[in-house]
Amino acid sequence: MATVAAARGSRSGRLRYVAERRGVLAALLISPAVLFIAALVGVPLVLAIYLSFTNASAGSITGKWVGLANFRRILHDPIFRGSLWHTAEMTLISQAIVVVCAGLIAHALVHKFRGRWLLRFLILLPWAAPISLTVIGFLWFFDPQASIWNWFLVKAHIVSPLSKPNWLGTPTNAMASIITVQAWRTIPFAVVIFIAGISSIPQEVNDASAIDGATGLRKFWHVSLPLQLPIALVAVLFGIVFTATDMVVPYILTNGGPFNSTQMITTYAFTTGINAGNIGEGAAISLFLLPVLAIVAIGMLFFARRAEVT
Amino acid sequence: MALRRNLFTYGIAVPFAILLAFPFVWMFVTSLKPEAQVYDPTKTWSFHPTLASYGFLFHHTNYVRWIENSCFVGVLVVLITLAVAMPAGYALARLSGRVGRTMGVGIFLTYLVPPTLLFLPLSRVIAQYLHLSDRLWALVVVYPSFTIPFAIWLLMGFFKTIPQELEDAALVDGCSRIGSLVRIVFPISVPGILTVVIFTFSLVINEFVYAITFISSAANRTLPVGVPTDLIRGDLFNWPGIMGAILIPSIPLALVYNAFLNRFIAGFTGGAFR
Repeated sequence: MATVAAARGSRSGRLRYVAERRGVLAALLISPAVLFIAALVGVPLVLAIYLSFTNASAGSITGKWVGLANFRRILHDPIFRGSLWHTAEMTLISQAIVVVCAGLIAHALVHKFRGRWLLRFLILLPWAAPISLTVIGFLWFFDPQASIWNWFLVKAHIVSPLSKPNWLGTPTNAMASIITVQAWRTIPFAVVIFIAGISSIPQEVNDASAIDGATGLRKFWHVSLPLQLPIALVAVLFGIVFTATDMVVPYILTNGGPFNSTQMITTYAFTTGINAGNIGEGAAISLFLLPVLAIVAIGMLFFARRAEVT
Repeated sequence: MALRRNLFTYGIAVPFAILLAFPFVWMFVTSLKPEAQVYDPTKTWSFHPTLASYGFLFHHTNYVRWIENSCFVGVLVVLITLAVAMPAGYALARLSGRVGRTMGVGIFLTYLVPPTLLFLPLSRVIAQYLHLSDRLWALVVVYPSFTIPFAIWLLMGFFKTIPQELEDAALVDGCSRIGSLVRIVFPISVPGILTVVIFTFSLVINEFVYAITFISSAANRTLPVGVPTDLIRGDLFNWPGIMGAILIPSIPLALVYNAFLNRFIAGFTGGAFR
């Protein structure tokens, strides 16, 4: 701002005064938010890192410094190593499903048509409803005796009534069920953001590509997709963070079972830190969520930078 | 061309709408079943509907209490969030260039730091230093940690759409900067602010990890934790009651989401990526 003021020559003194006043005002307006966030996110984050180097437990509150002992222990723990793998599996597969489905739905919903309001309402339901409540609902849909999916499968003669699948009872089925629920609840959000991306393309671009004879998939691939990509990628990065760091779905559906086959970083941190009371070790486990955050943070900053250039 | 487009639209949108919304249809059907018949394979779709489970929910459980608790926390958190986020969102929207954008994205990134990473240290802070274990105030203190960054991001998007000239005119007419903020900017932004209120409130209604960590007694639970933990009698899930308990908050929330969706999108994508 000082350079702007200098460039304007004679009025620079007055402008600099105003600029400074604006700077002071801005700092005044932003500081409560920064303080709040520092106290409630920054401090606990540092504390989490500190706790991971101690043997703090429900009994001994502060704990003693134990160096890397917690990390050494969990890295040799097959359940923890499994949880890393399961978290990656759940996140990547569910988000791949989300991108494909949401891409299709968004392209279908972007134009005006009869019944659009109702269809949009129905498609948004999984996002609007509180997730911990709807997951309880899925517990009922996956019930070994009364699963409604099994009712459909039996009626369609895909499975026999005697060999109905147990959706949460075997390792493969349980993981598939969790992935399904994660995809189900993320699709609406992705649809909403994808639609925003598609409608941000100016009409002139569509007209120009029509004149040049681009239609259908060709137009989508060369014109529409690159233009909506930045906003769509934000939605995908968002989906990755929220799925990887989510505890509600695996905790309520399986709580890590059967045989820890769906144990996630989050559920294992909760089991270790709260249920078993090993706070230091639980903190060490939860810190393994940080790389996911770091990757996404870098991605977001990259796109913010790009938006600045264009 | 138009026909083909319509075929694509309905061919994609209708099956997906059915797929995504069907769980709620089945919840509704189950909620009307007599509790004794939920496992009866011959009564999957044909049964005598009853509202008994809704009666059970309202008269024999803490359900109403949980709704009250969630609303209590929700209202206080919304007020704190608006008080802190409105000035910050405005300042970041007006700070042009690199500084404003980087700070905006920086604050947004703190929204991504998940409760599952912070709940262990915060449980120490709540128990040891604040002495708020099993109190709703614990949630009132902690929830702004994610609602404030979220609200700042949305508000930044909204405030950017207000032309600077409007404020300049107020300044020329002798209004102070704070005065123009309170008299011009905030009143015009009422729809945007309302959007923030709704989505902040729904974040509170959704929060599970902190609520299950900090609150231990049934009477102090919030809605998202009370239903999964306490609607089980012995080992038996009261399925019709649980289904009703899911639908009651979900349907109004979905209606409000739809009403404010376009504004949400405008704020969300307008923050720093435009």
